[in-house]
Amino acid sequence: MIKIENYTKKYGSILALDELSLEVETGSVYGFLGPNGAGKTTTMRLLTGLAKPDNGKAWIMGKQVGIAGEDTRSFIGVLPEEPAFYTWMTPREYLRDYAGPLFGITGQAGVKRADEILELTGLSDAANRRIGGFSRGMRQRLGLAQALIHEPHVLLLDEPVSALDPAGRKEVLDLIVSLRGTATVLLSTHILGDVERVCDVIGIINKGKLILQERSDALMNRYALPLIEIDFDQGLEGFVQFAEKIPVVEKITCENSTVRLLVKEIEQAQKELIPALANDGILVRRFQIVQPSLEDIFLRLTEV
Amino acid sequence: MFRVLLRKELFEQIRTSRLFIVAVVLFITGLISPLLAKYTPVILRSIPDLPAGLAGAIPDPTVVDSVAQYIKNISQFGVLLVILFYMGVIAQEKERGTAAMMLVKPVNRTAVVLSKWLAGALVIVAGIAAAAVAGYGYTVYLFKPISIAGFLWLNFLICVFMLVYLSVAIAASAFARSQGTAALYAFGGLALLLILGSLPWISKVMPGALLDWGAAISLGIIPEARWGALVVSILIIVFLLFSASSKFQKEEI
Repeated sequence: MIKIENYTKKYGSILALDELSLEVETGSVYGFLGPNGAGKTTTMRLLTGLAKPDNGKAWIMGKQVGIAGEDTRSFIGVLPEEPAFYTWMTPREYLRDYAGPLFGITGQAGVKRADEILELTGLSDAANRRIGGFSRGMRQRLGLAQALIHEPHVLLLDEPVSALDPAGRKEVLDLIVSLRGTATVLLSTHILGDVERVCDVIGIINKGKLILQERSDALMNRYALPLIEIDFDQGLEGFVQFAEKIPVVEKITCENSTVRLLVKEIEQAQKELIPALANDGILVRRFQIVQPSLEDIFLRLTEV
Repeated sequence: MFRVLLRKELFEQIRTSRLFIVAVVLFITGLISPLLAKYTPVILRSIPDLPAGLAGAIPDPTVVDSVAQYIKNISQFGVLLVILFYMGVIAQEKERGTAAMMLVKPVNRTAVVLSKWLAGALVIVAGIAAAAVAGYGYTVYLFKPISIAGFLWLNFLICVFMLVYLSVAIAASAFARSQGTAALYAFGGLALLLILGSLPWISKVMPGALLDWGAAISLGIIPEARWGALVVSILIIVFLLFSASSKFQKEEI
């Protein structure tokens, strides 16, 4: 459905994309992850034809992006990171008189579709208010509405929930989940919990290169090295010095009075850590074995 | 698609009061031009302690002064309004991100440029029409009737003259990435055309010559036709729109 082959893009001396290749299967929700400046937005801009690659090609539904006569734009819906609108318009006017008609949705069908999509994105009550007075969250909802107006086969969503409150985020994520199977979604975000929740496949990009692409369940299993979290009352520094010397401990991170230990083998780690804590009389509030989150995996993979 | 874009542009002219402002300013300009022509000499003569003989040297106003005043004021205010209102129309969309929102949809970039130009042209025509009604009415009322056909031809030529500057503004906007740069380009273009228009060997075919031609026709004077200026003006418009469109086609947003 979406195929990118060796996308390369330079801005001056900065290499934004370095021979990026990826594939998104039809009907799947693809989580496109990466730290700031990794190349996510550049990829989106190239896929939408707003910018041209220095090298490489991409296809959406079999049609090559950026080729005259092969306009891929009619079947994609795009939500940029910061959607911008004509402030003098109302959402209803924007959808009914502008965005819809640009996709050929006019007349009664346009009126009906605009009302449906306003309802779907929770903007019905604000349908006749000027967009100029909208909050960032409302603009993001309207951005999603205009991306969905023509029921696109492919959705390119750049940080679709970044400006929404938790309730709004849930609504929009549920909406994205409901599209699974009917539309192919490429979703770029830095909110890892959201990716974990809605995405079938996860691609991690760093410094313009795709460093990993895998089904999210397989990814979680493959990188599911267990973690031990310990909350200390006292004796944290001494314990950290001790733990650093234990071979089974792969990585230690500290935050306030909590220590997180990434370990190779959980039983061995328990055998070595618990007696050490007891022998040294260190007081702990919590000792817990936890599964790593996508955030842990992401940080491990994108670490310099 | 062009119809959707044009409709949005026309809607914008109304909602942002651009149409209203242009029409009102040009209507008032059309109205006060004959008044200024009529009463400026009266005002000058009424200045206390005017040197002896000077009052007598101030000529009585005629319909020629009214038309000259009309052309001068409309062209000056009109060009300034056009440049100020339209120099940012594309640059602003690029800067604010609305261009990106539009261009990810199946939209032709040439159609974007042309819809903005046509909407601006319609506003100009409406503004000039308002000015013409006021200017003609007051000229007839304060001086004497002049040929309606001639005055219409004059206003047609003023429209063409203004469309040249609308094209300058639109092209400046297409070439610039920000409104500040667009302003620089637009006023640069304005200055260039004014300088070229002041060169004797070329002035007869520059857009400014249209105004002299129109003035002579409206006053019933058999003028030296300035078809060359009309052709050059149309060529400038076509060239600027073509350049703006080509630049916008290639630009990364």
